[in-house]
Amino acid sequence: MATALTRKDFVSDQEVRWCPGCGDYAILAQVQKTMPEFGIEPHKVVFISGIGCSSRFPYYMNTYGFHTIHGRAPAIATGLKVTRPDLDVWVVTGDGDGLSIGGNHLIHVLRRNVDLKILLFNNRIYGLTKGQYSPTSEVGKITKSTPAGSVDFPFNPITVALGAHATFVARSVDVEQKHLGEMLKRAHEHRGASFLEILQNCNIFNDGAFNDLSDKGIKADHQLVLEHGKPLIFGKNRDKGIRMVGMRPEVVTLGQNGVTEKDLVVHDETNLALAFMLGNFEAPMPTPVGVFYAVSRPTYDNAMNQQLEEAKAKQGPGDLAKLLQKGDTWSVN
Amino acid sequence: MQLTGMQFTAESALAGNDIATLPDFPAEIRAPAGTLAGVSGFQLNFSSSEIFTAGDEPNVLVAMNPAALKANLEDVPPNGLIIVDREAFTDANLKRAGYTSNPLSDHSLDKYQVIEVDVTKLTTLALHGLGLNNRAVFRCRNMFVLGMLSWLYQRPTQSTIQYLEGRFKKTPDVLEANLRAFKSGYNYGETTEMFASSYEVPAAKIKPGLYRNITGNAATALGFVAAAVKSGRPLFLGSYPITPASDVLHELSALKNFPVYTFQAEDEIAGVASAVGAAFGGAIAITTTSGPGMNLKEEAIGLAVKVELPPVITDVQRAGPSTGMPTKPEQADLLMAMYGRHGESPIPIIAAATPADCFECAYEAVRIAVKYMTPVVLMTDGQLANGAEPWLLPDADKLPEIKVEFRTDPNGFMPYSRDEKTLARPWAIPGTPGLEHRLGGITGENLTGNISYSPANHELMIRIRARKVAGIAQEIPPTEVFGDPNGGDLVVLGWGSTFGPIREAVKQAREKGRKVSHIHLRYLNPLPRDLADQLRKFKQVMVAEMNMGQLLKMIRADYLIDAVGFNKIQGRPFKVSELVTRIDRALEG
Repeated sequence: MATALTRKDFVSDQEVRWCPGCGDYAILAQVQKTMPEFGIEPHKVVFISGIGCSSRFPYYMNTYGFHTIHGRAPAIATGLKVTRPDLDVWVVTGDGDGLSIGGNHLIHVLRRNVDLKILLFNNRIYGLTKGQYSPTSEVGKITKSTPAGSVDFPFNPITVALGAHATFVARSVDVEQKHLGEMLKRAHEHRGASFLEILQNCNIFNDGAFNDLSDKGIKADHQLVLEHGKPLIFGKNRDKGIRMVGMRPEVVTLGQNGVTEKDLVVHDETNLALAFMLGNFEAPMPTPVGVFYAVSRPTYDNAMNQQLEEAKAKQGPGDLAKLLQKGDTWSVN
Repeated sequence: MQLTGMQFTAESALAGNDIATLPDFPAEIRAPAGTLAGVSGFQLNFSSSEIFTAGDEPNVLVAMNPAALKANLEDVPPNGLIIVDREAFTDANLKRAGYTSNPLSDHSLDKYQVIEVDVTKLTTLALHGLGLNNRAVFRCRNMFVLGMLSWLYQRPTQSTIQYLEGRFKKTPDVLEANLRAFKSGYNYGETTEMFASSYEVPAAKIKPGLYRNITGNAATALGFVAAAVKSGRPLFLGSYPITPASDVLHELSALKNFPVYTFQAEDEIAGVASAVGAAFGGAIAITTTSGPGMNLKEEAIGLAVKVELPPVITDVQRAGPSTGMPTKPEQADLLMAMYGRHGESPIPIIAAATPADCFECAYEAVRIAVKYMTPVVLMTDGQLANGAEPWLLPDADKLPEIKVEFRTDPNGFMPYSRDEKTLARPWAIPGTPGLEHRLGGITGENLTGNISYSPANHELMIRIRARKVAGIAQEIPPTEVFGDPNGGDLVVLGWGSTFGPIREAVKQAREKGRKVSHIHLRYLNPLPRDLADQLRKFKQVMVAEMNMGQLLKMIRADYLIDAVGFNKIQGRPFKVSELVTRIDRALEG
């Protein structure tokens, strides 16, 4: 590269059309700011999305982009990545696109471990269709389509991804710019399907859904920042922690009843059981953000290309004339 | 039974006969043996002259049990030869097949030549001393019958012996058993006096060249590989297994070194979607399916129409609606391919006429797709897919050119600028410096593709895409008329797998002096430019199809020609005799 890349290299000439105040702006800004750090030129990068507010994302990136159909981005991205492993392929989806209409493709792309960076913007509402509940909305949610409250039990994106045996599962928050940047970097570093849930505020239809994680005054008491090899500590005064009582986690206060750091659970990104436990945390437990799980497993695209290479090495490159004449042939004179 | 049929076909092909086959088997993998539903049949027509169909009426029927006899007897002409396994006609089997008395003894078969052979007993004796259990012995009965038939028709046996040696390489005892059963059957035919004579069917007078026997699905797979090789791009297949299309996936999965990527997707939608993604990246991208899967793929096909990427969608049609009859052919997906997507969404459609023709059609589908930057639908059906015929091998070097040129020049690049002649937009693949752009399903502005809700622009884009697809007609060859190119009393118009029976029926009717001709369409959208004029030369136009009249609707709607339909929707091909009768009726008014 002749000159270092900057944020501007990744900003397209298209006017951004999300509602003013939408959490998507913060995510876009952070992605555009982080991309230059990867050192990959824009023409080697592809953003693929489905349908929904989040899926407008590719239009705003000055890379290759493909705004496709509802829920199918992971499948389209798979076809591209498998045949073009040289490209840096990202999938942008939402809670409806990725977990409702496209739920099937999402779990399969995760279990296959296709080398894609998947950003799932979770605002727990349908924005583009004007405010119906989504598969991550809480039970009882009052929306236009559920005036008496939703009776639908929601998905938890983190445990869905873990259940599909994703090899990288992380969570961040739209306005937590520094943390989000770190998570984008981790997701990008990972070889295989990286699943990053980004909690995102829809200020029109579900405003304040994640206030406890974003408001300066209170977030420290609700956010548990996961760091590999470090004890699970949170709270404004960094005095709260997670301790196991038998097989069950509980919140303890350091210094009370003789609790010290040594009593706390130490985060281990390679421990699937721990990741599941943390993924299932809900109030009064804090909400974990960071990398829940990160392990190495062969990627689908790599394995497939390897099979092609091996076939070529063993049988030689394909010979069309020979192939056509395979099997029993006979001559008619 | 399918295996026996395939081997006998291979032997006949090697004997230089023209061949046509019609495998007919239940959708259930293990349908109850001995019941009518469980009958698995294989019909083969071989001849010393050119033939077009697997035949209306078999001269020889081999029935391994009462159910097989009952299911097929109505097709056997009087004095036809029926070979049965006598031991299989037990009380239990007769009951299972719905017989109240044994047809072998109640004189109901008197008008046929019935040959009763104790196949099971003879096979058991032939395999005596090999130490096989009863089940393994029972499985070799087919080879005994194949040997018998091979003698009856003086088939070369070497290819079957080689085939068995390859198939059972790892189980020498099973190989020995099959070989013994096969040879015993052959010798049994020779030494017993049961058959009045053996038949020698000399080689057919067919076009000189190198031949091999091929099924439609195998030919389809090879056509795609050839197209990819010729274009210098990798082939990518995204597919979900479905009867009767799965063999294309199987064939291609074995050709990784070409290179061929095969992605067995999580569902039909992912199959086509992955192909769209691969096409975006510059691969020759295809997906294969049958009717139920075609329904599911339509939204993604519409996306490819809108963003003008070139995946090829193969619909190996089967009898519907819904699950229908998965192993039986039908032609009822034509209007779905034409109009099955929302919005104005024209797409080129090509249909193969015979198993070997699947090769050319698959190749042509790719050629058109990449030349015009449009998805293309290739239509075959279950009969073509599993049927076989001799294939005059094309010279790999002489296949038509498929030129793939990716845009590389950033100067003045616009994603939806167009080639003047074809109206194709540039294929600008990710990884090319300076061509970064965004594709999407939302209506885009002409040239730039930027999101646009301008009413006039929306109509402009729809008209441009329609003009592009219609413009393909410029290179469709003139319509070939079999019969009277200058017109006559009647023309039978067909498409797809009905080629064989229509051609044979028209031939027979012409031999009787009828002024009837045959036009068979490969290009269904756009239709050939001269088609309307050709049809108007005839007093009557009859469209024969295995549906309720889908091409008929298109012809009537596009040309205002008062064509009539001849339709059969039974999951079985037309019989030549049915068509001849219908032609006679049309001409006798």
